[in-house]
Amino acid sequence: MRAIVVEGLERAFDEVLAVQGVDLEVEEGEIYGFLGPNGAGKTTTVRMLTTLLLPTGGSATVAGHDVVREARAVRASIGVALQEAALDPLMTGRELIRLQATLQGIPSAEGKRRADELLERVDLVEAADRRVGEYSGGMQRRLDLAAALVHRPRVLFLDEPTTGLDPVSRKTIWEEVRELNDDGTTVFLTTQYLEEADQLADNVAIIDRGRLVAEGTPESLKAEIGNPHIQLQLEEGSIAKAEEVCAAIGKLMPPKDGRTLLLEVERGAADIPRVVRALDEAGIGVAALELVQPTLDDVFVTKTGHHLEPDEEERGEEEPAPA
Amino acid sequence: MSELATNLRVVAALGRRSVRQTFRRPQLMAPIVVFPTLLLAVQTGGAGAAVNLPGFPPVQSFLQFMLAGAMMQSLMLAANSGGIALAVDIEMGFTDRLFAAPISRYAVVMGRLAGTAALGVASALWFLTIGLIFGAEIAGGVPGALVAIGLTAAATVAIGGLGASVALRTGQASIVQGMFPLIFVILFLSTAFFPDGLMVEPAQTIARYNPLSFVVEGIREPIVAGLDGTDVLDAVLAIAGIAAFSLLLSARALRHRLRVGG
Repeated sequence: MRAIVVEGLERAFDEVLAVQGVDLEVEEGEIYGFLGPNGAGKTTTVRMLTTLLLPTGGSATVAGHDVVREARAVRASIGVALQEAALDPLMTGRELIRLQATLQGIPSAEGKRRADELLERVDLVEAADRRVGEYSGGMQRRLDLAAALVHRPRVLFLDEPTTGLDPVSRKTIWEEVRELNDDGTTVFLTTQYLEEADQLADNVAIIDRGRLVAEGTPESLKAEIGNPHIQLQLEEGSIAKAEEVCAAIGKLMPPKDGRTLLLEVERGAADIPRVVRALDEAGIGVAALELVQPTLDDVFVTKTGHHLEPDEEERGEEEPAPA
Repeated sequence: MSELATNLRVVAALGRRSVRQTFRRPQLMAPIVVFPTLLLAVQTGGAGAAVNLPGFPPVQSFLQFMLAGAMMQSLMLAANSGGIALAVDIEMGFTDRLFAAPISRYAVVMGRLAGTAALGVASALWFLTIGLIFGAEIAGGVPGALVAIGLTAAATVAIGGLGASVALRTGQASIVQGMFPLIFVILFLSTAFFPDGLMVEPAQTIARYNPLSFVVEGIREPIVAGLDGTDVLDAVLAIAGIAAFSLLLSARALRHRLRVGG
């Protein structure tokens, strides 16, 4: 059974099409990674699927319910943790989860029991009666996740759950997502982190400028790209000459910066001596060299022509503001 | 649990949150209690002899006359604070959490207004208590005080709807906050602090037809004259009119917000 079915989904803000003809299917019980840079349309898509925003075209069903015609049934079936944990800093963690239980129509005594259970699950028992404003970023994300789980949703939407978190907090959230999925919850996860999609997702969709550019398992997408590439860090000012030399050996990929050259090669490690020799003969100094197997970034580059570079400073998607 | 029962529980829970939020952020309490209390003290101390002016309505003391004005000022500021708090919720994305729940989205607005009404009741109790401590009599006794409190609560919801509609339409706390001076202008152009018979034109005519004058006279009547009923009835009608208008605006603003998804 499919948990989410999206057909030709569109959303326009005045003249700007933020999401254009998105089609996707998410099977029940899978983790679906929705990968894209800031402003790609990830949050707009999630807002439509969670009934917070009306589509201007196409259709979508979540947990078997139409997001427009059966919006309330959709909301009863989903858990939502939106970007930047929208929490009231004046509430305590316990108050927030109990409020969430009330919003889901859970009787008071049961809500209290589930709040205790969830606070323990996300390791916030000691902080439960402290105000959320005193929590660290990681604690806020864990609380947000706990609140989204209070009614045991069939489908869980996580919109960039680890953006801005330190690596340890990020791993904690990943573990929690895996556990939830093991319990049978379908997870729709948007992210701008390649590693996150690679580590967690059963299937990945890549969105860029409002359009879906690729979809499949991380392995199948990487296999589509095929060849590994050599990443060469060059000395200042030698990149143009190096490109000329390397173009004869393999296929040049769009450069990451002014010093790093990416060269797709057919034979992998066997091509390294040839590259080094050619550069040496041309008098080009190499500071570092690495053979990189295809990654989702390579998939992204192949499909879009540019790199996916998450910006830690950039917390929100720069999507057109609603009128 | 029925849908109605769930929505009523949500309204109550959000109302409790709203009250807690006000008590946990002292700067939200200041406009509701501190400013009107200071103004009451300054005006009563400085203009107490106004009761001796020819044409001033018969009252036991200027403080007794002023209590309704202070309650009106407090309820209007509570209503505006409620709008600001709703706008802050929108700005920080908290309303998304509420709108993503399987409840009536009107319950989200009603929850905020329920909290505002509770603050209106608290402020009415505060000013009646202050009045009694400093020698003002409540002519209508306990029933009169209850009527004054009830009207204050209802007026807080009605006027709170205006703040809520601006919050929902704009989603910006600074814009709702910008209504603050307007509140004072409208309030001073009513009979909250001075009888219309002693005002000069055009303030007199404006005050006579200002809907807030009807509300304030309805709150004042049980305090200064007892439960005659005429002014209370006018106040009920004025509150109903303001409520119909403001809740209609709020509903339209909510629909707009849900449509654009802000």
